[in-house]
Amino acid sequence: MARVELKNVTKRFGSLTAVDTLSLTVEHKEFMCILGPSGCGKTTTLRMIAGLETPTSGLIYIGDEIVNEMTPSERDIAMVFQFYALYPGMTVYENLAFPLKAQKLAKNEIGRIVRETAERLNISQILERKPHQITAGQAQRVALGRAVVRKPRVYLLDEPLTNLDARLRAYMRVELKRLQREWEQTTIYVTHDQLEAIAMADRIVIIDRGVLQQCDTPEGVYSKPGNRFVAGFVGSPPMNFIDASLVEADGRLLADCGPFKTDLSQFSDIIGREQRSSEVVLGMRPEDIKVTKESIEPDSFQAEVEAVEPIGDETIYDVTVGEIRLRALTAIPLDIYAGEEAWLTVDKNKLHVFDRRTGEALL
Amino acid sequence: MARVLLENVTLEKGILCPVHSLTLEVRDKEFVSLLAPSGSGKTTTLRIVAGLDRPEKGSVWIGDEEVGDMTPAERDVAMIFQTYALYPHVSVRDNLASPLKVRKTPETEIDRSVKEVAEVLHIEDLLDKRPVTLSGGEMQRVAIGRALIRKPRVYLMDEPLTNLDAKLRVELRAEMKRLQKELGQTTIYATHDEVEALAMSNRIAVLNQGRLIQYDAPEAIYTHPKNTFVARFVGTPAMNMIPCSLEEKHGRKILQAGAFEYDITDFAEAVQGKATGDELVLGVRPAHVELHSKPPVDGGIQASVYVVEPMGRMTIVDVKVGENVFKVKVPHLFEGKPGDSVWISLDPRSVHIFDRKTGEAIA
Repeated sequence: MARVELKNVTKRFGSLTAVDTLSLTVEHKEFMCILGPSGCGKTTTLRMIAGLETPTSGLIYIGDEIVNEMTPSERDIAMVFQFYALYPGMTVYENLAFPLKAQKLAKNEIGRIVRETAERLNISQILERKPHQITAGQAQRVALGRAVVRKPRVYLLDEPLTNLDARLRAYMRVELKRLQREWEQTTIYVTHDQLEAIAMADRIVIIDRGVLQQCDTPEGVYSKPGNRFVAGFVGSPPMNFIDASLVEADGRLLADCGPFKTDLSQFSDIIGREQRSSEVVLGMRPEDIKVTKESIEPDSFQAEVEAVEPIGDETIYDVTVGEIRLRALTAIPLDIYAGEEAWLTVDKNKLHVFDRRTGEALL
Repeated sequence: MARVLLENVTLEKGILCPVHSLTLEVRDKEFVSLLAPSGSGKTTTLRIVAGLDRPEKGSVWIGDEEVGDMTPAERDVAMIFQTYALYPHVSVRDNLASPLKVRKTPETEIDRSVKEVAEVLHIEDLLDKRPVTLSGGEMQRVAIGRALIRKPRVYLMDEPLTNLDAKLRVELRAEMKRLQKELGQTTIYATHDEVEALAMSNRIAVLNQGRLIQYDAPEAIYTHPKNTFVARFVGTPAMNMIPCSLEEKHGRKILQAGAFEYDITDFAEAVQGKATGDELVLGVRPAHVELHSKPPVDGGIQASVYVVEPMGRMTIVDVKVGENVFKVKVPHLFEGKPGDSVWISLDPRSVHIFDRKTGEAIA
């Protein structure tokens, strides 16, 4: 059992609080991503789990043991910072065997483990080749193999794909995810790349300025962000935010955004209960805004198209509504061009409402 | 008039990334991207237009002049690089003003221009700060501002957004597109990022190893890639490419891929007319593969789920058909899990066929 648990963990460096009373449980066999902007404390968290930093307060468990006092090697974890280049003079086999030799394992035991690892990584057929005789994708898999060959209880990965080009990164993402499922090893993966986290993780924990913001499945984080920070951090192009004031008129609840109003009556129970002040922020994902030539609903509002960005299967419309800039995304290109007027309609069921002061989601 | 014309431009000796017999016309006010993997001659091409490198053969025209003998300054172009070459110790205001000061522009006019440019780029608040205190995005805006301010005939941009984080890149992309249109300046923009090229350009010139492969509008590059290189390079996730051979079966013409066959009787004649042999490649974009949980009426191709990557508004599902992996892009959530049986069908209007030997598109 390699469950990892953090209980009220705090790490201070002088006057700076890098990690602030963080509690978190990573289940056995789970793939957990720690996601956040640079400097948010995610790497510090990982280093505390690895034993490279000592928490100022709080407890860290691996399995059923408190590991605060254990050295990194006693914790039986593997920390991978990035997939290092392979030793060019060694064959793939020797590269994979290297970490095992360091552990002083018997020769036939090493052979068995290397062959098994190679099998899983689909690199059995290239074991006798040197790094310059294999493809870039294969080289990355060998590097991955070298990182995981000794089978620790927990893998800790710190932005391992950051330095790869986009294509190879997408490829390794899939490989890593597939392998983790197959090996069923508890994995904690640190990244600032929200797409990487969403694509790979069973659950994502999002941290900002050392404080946990939300811990949920990728779907949960994307469709039900708990606050404005999470909503803005996850998703690309990012969610649109519009400052609005709640007003009641003729028994209806409206969000007044300035140039247009949105009827929120259907949510008045939920919002009314939670909300004390009338200052809110509306959040709408670009794909939840419909762009049309004509008004299609009483709530449709007019906008000016500033730029049209075709990005392959999808098209982004950059529009302005008065002073408000919004981005809409459609799967089908429309007959609407920069400089023209268009009508926008927001899918109410996908609308987000945040408290402007606290940032908490109200809807 | 600032049309740019390169005629049979060749530069092969003594540089890392040669250019071979390149002919390219950029119309007045046009935004053209040079799209290529790194090391393909994009920067060399820009440097030749700027006058920083001299071609061995061929000529370069800006407006109606042949500029081969002109110095960079005489050509009246502005080059913007990946790294922001700002003066670190003087204010943003002075950084912006420096190109005009060099030209001995009157103070009042400099002030006016600085204000104007700062407003367009939303950097009014930064004018009194020094570059060292700015974020990457802010610095790049200032660098762009410094190029904008003297209103050259042509902008040459060399991956100006590469060093910025993903969110800022999306932001600045739209902004630069809007700006370029507003200012109506001819722009040549080098990038290795296909999404950037698709989103911003009027036309895209795809280069490979110093040669022009395809020059077309973004939509055309995406929907009608000229060969396998362009097809693979443009589009995320990349187009699925399955080697296959043209065969006859029960009076029908099929593409035999081993694990499955695909009927092309309806346009087999066109294919045979253009192909050099029977060895072909079937290409289909992930968005044009349909995924079914039950066998569709027309049969479909049986597959099994390999890896599932949720991406927020969509999901990328890797499915295995025999040894071939197809990437499928499905809108919204995908409920299946690895190992599940599924069926795929390929939208015949969106299937590409390439000659395996030459790589050329034939249907």
